[in-house]
Amino acid sequence: MKILVCISKAPDTTSKIAFTNGNTQFDENGVQFIVNPYDEWYALVRALELKEANGGTVTIITVGPATDDTVIRKALAIGADDAVRIDAIPTDAYFTAMQIANYAKENGYEMVMTGKETINYNGSQVAGMIAEAMDIPFVSLATKLDMNGNLATLEREVTGGVQVVEVNTPCVISCAKGMAEQRIPNMRGIMAARTKPLNVIAPSTVDALTEYVSYETPSAKSAVKMIDPENMDELVELLHREAKVI
Amino acid sequence: MILVYINSDHGIGKGAMEVVTYAKKLGDVTVVTAGSASDSDLATLGQYGASKVLVDRNAKADDAQQLTRLVATGASSVGAKMIIFSHDLIAKSVAPRLSVKLKAGLISGAIALPKTGGDFTCKVNVFSGKAFGTVKVNTDIKIISLLPNTLKPEATGSDCSVESFDGNAGAVGIVVKETKIPQGEIPLTEAELVVSAGRGLKGPENWGMVEDLAKTLGAATACSRPIADIGWRPHHEHVGQTGFAIRPNLYIAAGISGAIQHLAGVNGSKIIVVINTDPEAPFFKAADYGVLGDAFEVLPRLNESLKKFKAAQ
Repeated sequence: MKILVCISKAPDTTSKIAFTNGNTQFDENGVQFIVNPYDEWYALVRALELKEANGGTVTIITVGPATDDTVIRKALAIGADDAVRIDAIPTDAYFTAMQIANYAKENGYEMVMTGKETINYNGSQVAGMIAEAMDIPFVSLATKLDMNGNLATLEREVTGGVQVVEVNTPCVISCAKGMAEQRIPNMRGIMAARTKPLNVIAPSTVDALTEYVSYETPSAKSAVKMIDPENMDELVELLHREAKVI
Repeated sequence: MILVYINSDHGIGKGAMEVVTYAKKLGDVTVVTAGSASDSDLATLGQYGASKVLVDRNAKADDAQQLTRLVATGASSVGAKMIIFSHDLIAKSVAPRLSVKLKAGLISGAIALPKTGGDFTCKVNVFSGKAFGTVKVNTDIKIISLLPNTLKPEATGSDCSVESFDGNAGAVGIVVKETKIPQGEIPLTEAELVVSAGRGLKGPENWGMVEDLAKTLGAATACSRPIADIGWRPHHEHVGQTGFAIRPNLYIAAGISGAIQHLAGVNGSKIIVVINTDPEAPFFKAADYGVLGDAFEVLPRLNESLKKFKAAQ
């Protein structure tokens, strides 16, 4: 099976979130970028496990400028045969998804995998958009994936529980916790990643449907009010009269 | 004209009431849904502001491809310029598909009403709740997916008409083999009150006091990542970056230190109460109310105080 794994560059979880240029741009100053954890831990690792068990190939894809190559090499160090970077600034989820869908269609990928969302934009949009653009089924927030020929059996989260579903390839899967365990790249992987093919291709012409016009950070929380552990009546009173949540 | 999609497979949930209330503030609302909910249940959406409900009983509420076609048909039949979802697990698979199908910009995870005079913009959560963004939509048709617990449902109207509808849903792409939803539990993502606990509780056998408190409050129970990882509690209770992101009115956390990954899942809560024996626990910085004490003593005491309060109401 030919698997395409979409990765996104994301600021490390502990990064300070600040904005620049009149609050219109994320301030990348001093920020360490990582592979979006859901893409790496769940989508990429499960794709590699399927390849190890059943054969096939795993290709990593991202849409971004040349500065993303560092993050792509990090992902290649974990595994995968090769990588593709579509050389464009990803303006919105639609733009990104259409680029990936066009590439996947032209190159006959049978499964496209993504993380459940990115930790910076949290949109959960790209995978569903790719599926619609390719006119194939999409299983979102999958926590388990097994293949039997071209039949995929998956568990996915539904409101308040889980669901077991079956779908035939080609399909798009977005992956959540449970799908696989994080892999730490070893030295051999890191060395091999340096020479694996990273194909840079030109974007197709797509107009973005949306744009971020500004950002803001939440106003600072007022200091915590400490309550005497012996006096829970006071806490209940505050939750009722002051916070008005009970 | 505004079209709202709701999932009605398990009755009319709070998310549906919220999203109809939200849409009503923007214009005349038609609701579209699939599945087997009764006409009388669906008619109650009129109380929250729906003018009518269109229901396709042949389409499956589990299948994103069918639902995408259904909502697209609904949108063209009523001439909708705005299509609104509750940002639940179904919307996360249908709304992006619909965005491509209609070439309509999607605002995912809205936390406020859109601004409609001039540019069409709306505020969303970004960076795992650590910031807000304002998104502008450049297309004629706009799609909004509304984060749960953004506003309170307002039932001020009366029941509306329910019409059978052929959504041209087409073939199913996914075969559902089994759905496991524990009965009688409040879905965590819809809960207004949540009681959560972490490693400070020392073992799964001590969760009784968490459940007792949740029962008194009418709250859902949740846990931190290590608790789900070692199997003390089921995964669907795990809140945090890799688990569920929730934004209840009240989040009570006992024995959770409040690592940044945990905060990413709960920082949208209106009020946070932290109970911890460690005065240095980072969670106190994000809390509204803090109790420096042992959960084993504080939780039962809080439960007794709440029972007294409830009895006096």
